[in-house]
Amino acid sequence: MMSVRARFLIVLAALLLLPMFVTPIWRVYLQAPQYPEGIGMQIWINTVKGIKENDLDNINNLNHYIGMKRIEPDTIPELRIMPYIVGLLCAAGLVAAAVGRRRGAQLWVVAFILVAVVGLADFWKWEYDYGHDLDMENAIIKVPGMTYQPPLIGSKQLLNFTATSIPGVGGIAAMLAVGVGVLALVIDRRRPVLGGADGATVGAGERAASLVA
Amino acid sequence: MSLTRKSRVVASVGAVLLGVTYLYACAPTTKTSGIGNVGDAAARTYVAPGSYDEFYFFASGGFSGQVAVYGLPSGRLLKVIPVFSQNAENGYGYNVETKAMLNSSWGLIPWDDSHHPSLSMTGGEHDGRWLFINANNTPRFARIDLKSFETVETLELPNTGGNHGSPYTTENSEYVISATRFSVPIPQKDVGFDKFADEFKGTISFVKADEFGKMDLAFQILVPGFNYDLGRPGKGPSHGWVFFTSYNTEQAHTKLEVNASKNDKDYIAAVNWKAAEACVAAGKAKTWPTRYAHNVYNDSTHSASTEFKTSVKVLDPKDCEGTVYFLPTPKSPHGVDVDPTGEYIVGGGKLATVIPVHSFSKMQTAITEKKFDSEAYGIPVINYDATMYCEVQNPGLGPLHNEFDAQGNAYTSVFISSEIVKWSLKDCVVSDRVPTYYSIGHLSVMGGDTKTPYGKYVVAMNKITKDRYLPTGPELAHSAQLYDISGPKMKLLLDFPTIGEPHYAQAILASKIKGEQVRFYKLADNHHPYVARSEQETGVSRSGKTVHVKITAIRSHFAPDNIEGVQVGDTVLFHVTNLEQDWDVPHGLAAMGSFSDAEVLVMPGQTRTLTWVAKYPGVYPFYCTDFCSALHQEMSGYVRVAPTGSMVALSATTSPNTQLARLAASAQTPPPAPKAPSAPSGR
Repeated sequence: MMSVRARFLIVLAALLLLPMFVTPIWRVYLQAPQYPEGIGMQIWINTVKGIKENDLDNINNLNHYIGMKRIEPDTIPELRIMPYIVGLLCAAGLVAAAVGRRRGAQLWVVAFILVAVVGLADFWKWEYDYGHDLDMENAIIKVPGMTYQPPLIGSKQLLNFTATSIPGVGGIAAMLAVGVGVLALVIDRRRPVLGGADGATVGAGERAASLVA
Repeated sequence: MSLTRKSRVVASVGAVLLGVTYLYACAPTTKTSGIGNVGDAAARTYVAPGSYDEFYFFASGGFSGQVAVYGLPSGRLLKVIPVFSQNAENGYGYNVETKAMLNSSWGLIPWDDSHHPSLSMTGGEHDGRWLFINANNTPRFARIDLKSFETVETLELPNTGGNHGSPYTTENSEYVISATRFSVPIPQKDVGFDKFADEFKGTISFVKADEFGKMDLAFQILVPGFNYDLGRPGKGPSHGWVFFTSYNTEQAHTKLEVNASKNDKDYIAAVNWKAAEACVAAGKAKTWPTRYAHNVYNDSTHSASTEFKTSVKVLDPKDCEGTVYFLPTPKSPHGVDVDPTGEYIVGGGKLATVIPVHSFSKMQTAITEKKFDSEAYGIPVINYDATMYCEVQNPGLGPLHNEFDAQGNAYTSVFISSEIVKWSLKDCVVSDRVPTYYSIGHLSVMGGDTKTPYGKYVVAMNKITKDRYLPTGPELAHSAQLYDISGPKMKLLLDFPTIGEPHYAQAILASKIKGEQVRFYKLADNHHPYVARSEQETGVSRSGKTVHVKITAIRSHFAPDNIEGVQVGDTVLFHVTNLEQDWDVPHGLAAMGSFSDAEVLVMPGQTRTLTWVAKYPGVYPFYCTDFCSALHQEMSGYVRVAPTGSMVALSATTSPNTQLARLAASAQTPPPAPKAPSAPSGR
């Protein structure tokens, strides 16, 4: 059985997934001399939207110069399944905390990290595809050898734009969730085995006693 | 030569030289630099790149017919808003959508003379909703929306000749008030000039304009046939009254220069509009048939429309006691202004040697005590001394207009002696005077007509430029100067040229309207009858000899851009919708041989129609006229015109150059089979 503190942390980790439903997960924003007001897009759990209302349309319109595909949120399958995956993960975390077994919590944290890694890799692949699959025949601006993959995280110069990719509030909350989940396992392992009045301790004490007996 | 004779010659030559030198040294010079500390003035008027001016300054264009917007303190021109003159630059007054704004009972009027801007007010302060401006020649006035800086409504004024003293907005924008300059027979009829005194009259018009789209001439007051020059509504205690100067009480109709300057005093007409309003409501006004235009521009259909109104309520002061009183004022007074407290009514006696200041409370007392000297056409003339607060001595020659700061000071523009004179309402003594370059007409203190003026600067708008700037041939821009009035003495800071002839100007704090500016129009809200909200909605259709082309513009192509099936004699209407939904991406359209239209400039989300008559057979280019993108030069198309009665089908195409379209096309049509080498083709 896990300590109350560890189980509480698992609950917290699961709840920290909830901001992903109501805040942007990731932001990609572009800076250029002729855009003093800025332009960019935000990736939400089930869609991609501009930072300002028309930004996504305007980014797509700008991208036609370099032959990049239009970003159509309706055609991105990940955006359809992400809400379910995150929902499931959150529910599983709450269940694991309720059951309270260390195995369950460990499995949950591992699954979480796996989902996060797969998610980031998938995002990188999506960025790679958009940045490399260019319609070179109809591209107006052709820079030899140039591709337009935005960075996974960080800044990069793409023609006259500086593209910056950073997690949004939802994304930061999810990263914190991973951290909190791992912390839960760590502090649970560090908890002393003897002493205390709860069931787990009694069990350990009984085992020790039975060893002695 | 002997010694004494020599000495006498030397002495006389010396005396002459001395005398001539003295003459030159002591002769009055006409050139002064005017600016005290150049570094200080430069710092005060420099707006660094990336920062903004403190005020929007709206100046009338005078004979340009437009309104110019400057930033202060830099004096930079920000925009020229087309109002009463056609503006080929963006098609205002030429194209289908905006032509109606220039309609009147005479037809479309392509030019007018705009004099006095007036910002809408709430509680006696500028509220940033609208700017009103008059058209002097064919009496009308216009409403400009301060979120889009566009002319959105105009109303013609019937029974008016020369709409000069116009428009004046009351404290809460209850009414916008105008008066006639040139007395005319009312209603108009053919009559000899000798009948002037009997037949020629003036009107003061009260327009309700506090709701966009609903400008309405509530009523007019019929007044004696004098020339009504300028006005000011009262404020605070004098709210409910409006004051108009008049000149030509001599009622001359020829050579007014001499014949209208004979009387020692003319009148300031004090009009109690609240009383008039009550009389009109009580049915004391007569309804006269007439015809005047009301034009409204709709931001949703992006088009203007005209309706004609056919009657007006006219109130005769004889039927409503206490509406009009005359205050004698020296001499051919031009401007009348009411101070921020609403108590003092200051006249600018153009030919007077003093500035007369009437007291509103004394006027009220004089009316109650019936201190009337005489009557003019049945209107009581109040005794001059009974209303007099003070006469400012030494005001210079030709005082015209007064504006005020928040410290109880008045600033008067003085035309003939070319100066601004500052005096205090407390003691009516001149405290400072500065020259203007040259011959100042109006002046404008920031917020100088409101209850709490911002003060800080006064701008002089002059009539003579001469040597102020690099000369540009005989026709020169009118000059304006910016003075600092924050201290006891006025300081010249900046001299800048203006467009047209700014007669009057009003300033508003930039912070009041800067954040409200429209950046682009939403396509979803576009209800123009020929809008195309996407390239799928474009197309071409024929209706008799008119060909309608619904065409869209987006960086960097038109869709469609190859149009066929037009015949000689057709009128082609290019309805251009700008599909951009981004800031500052206008597109333009012009077609070769555009003799029946100018260009159209289309803002993002807007639709505009270019009218093009197919005069000759051939293929004619059209293109985007406003640099929009790296590939702006490639943003063009062709119209193919066939002879009348030919069989070319109507069509409008654009090459399929999108990736999707290409993929779709390549999926359907197999690639061409490689040709096997065959017999020589035989050239």
